[in-house]
Amino acid sequence: MKVISFAKVRDTIKDLVQKANFELQDDVLNVIKEMEKKEESPAGKEVIKQILDNAKIAKKDKLGLCQDTGLAVFFVEIGEDVELQKDDGLKSLRDAITEGTRAGYEEGYLRKSVVEDPIRRKNTGDNTPAYIHWELVPGDVFKVTFIAKGGGAENMSAVRMFAPAAGQQGIEDFVVETADKGGSNPCPPIVVGVGVGGNFEYSALLAKKALLRRPLGSHNSDPFYADMEKRLLERINNLGIGPQGMGGRITALAVHVEAFPCHIASMPAAVNIQCHSHRVLSFEM
Amino acid sequence: MAEHRIETPVSDETVEKLRAGDRIFITGYLYTGRDSAHKKLIELVEEGKELPIDVKGQIIYYVGPTPARPGNPIGSAGPTTSYRMDSFAPTLHSLGLKGTIGKGSRNQEVKDSLRKFKAVYLAAVGGAGALISKSIEEAEVIAYPELGPEAIRRLKVKDFPCIVINDMYGGDLYEEGKKKYRKE
Ligand code: SF4
Repeated sequence: MKVISFAKVRDTIKDLVQKANFELQDDVLNVIKEMEKKEESPAGKEVIKQILDNAKIAKKDKLGLCQDTGLAVFFVEIGEDVELQKDDGLKSLRDAITEGTRAGYEEGYLRKSVVEDPIRRKNTGDNTPAYIHWELVPGDVFKVTFIAKGGGAENMSAVRMFAPAAGQQGIEDFVVETADKGGSNPCPPIVVGVGVGGNFEYSALLAKKALLRRPLGSHNSDPFYADMEKRLLERINNLGIGPQGMGGRITALAVHVEAFPCHIASMPAAVNIQCHSHRVLSFEM
Repeated sequence: MAEHRIETPVSDETVEKLRAGDRIFITGYLYTGRDSAHKKLIELVEEGKELPIDVKGQIIYYVGPTPARPGNPIGSAGPTTSYRMDSFAPTLHSLGLKGTIGKGSRNQEVKDSLRKFKAVYLAAVGGAGALISKSIEEAEVIAYPELGPEAIRRLKVKDFPCIVINDMYGGDLYEEGKKKYRKE
């Protein structure tokens, strides 16, 4: 039986949150470089050049790619057959992830961007709590995926409950409209995660999960949704918003769509906007 | 797309030369401030009290940097989204603030106040905080240290890169850029 040591989870997460915040992964860099070739606007080209220069400096100097080093969001898949080892005084897996986040944000000189109460707004001082989504899966898998989610792009996201009659067109128009409304705010070129179906909360979770798909720009295995992704990317890139909203061909790097069964009376859809600083990293034990 | 090297404090004559789409390199001092610091500044104005900084001729940079590593003046320091400061900007322009730096579009009141008080809105590249930090030579907290990343800092900058989004003549790079490349 696979044994998962809480201390090891904590230590791995401490490194993971730093690495994700200092280094854009190759799949993201590759898409950005491809898009640089397609960009026609001089301002857009200059922006993409700065984004690539920034990635080099951040990696070399271990500096945050962006000063908004995000909420620490985790998706944890735990196999039903793994054994959990509560070592080093860590009483729960949540504690292990929280401690790893706290230590990583401190050690990496990352920004603490969490307030303890949404209305009274006092900073918690250590970038916790971590935002953890648990998934129990068969077997002895233990996989953690981290995304550093900045506020600027997250704020441009949306959920809408459609009547089924709105159909595919309704959903696609909603995605394009959400990107258009976001304009220059979410630091385009953006990554667009779309969740279709499920219910109110599930659609939002699907949209976030869609962002996590690797490599960036790969397509849904269902050809119907793969086609939708291609069409949406083209429509969003025709908006003209361009890198940083200064006008240009490249407004989005990728669109990922995930779908799930839903109620006969509803068709929820969620759009989670992510910026070019797409900081996603996983590990398995 | 003209290029200008400008120094702070900024005069009306300098602002008059700037057009939406121009590239700017700033040398001198910038003051940082975002949501909470702005709220405090505006409260002081409303109470008729003196501000901890004299904004006349100055530029405010909307940024909440990451902590500095030992030996560095500042951490990653790119712009934050500006619309959250829209309700505060006109008051500061009326006190002589000549520019703000952030990212993302401003509302009509801010654009009108640029025209009225001769000021500009500039953008730095969001998500390029590591690169931008290289043009910051010194940083000093001068007000509200309790706000952490949101404290007001004075930054000494050299050739700090940005682009004019809104000039004092109504020019708007976001609108013009989008129109140019939009395909219906
Ligand atoms: S939207 Fe992304 S790149 Fe832009 S400031 Fe926020 S975290 Fe940074």
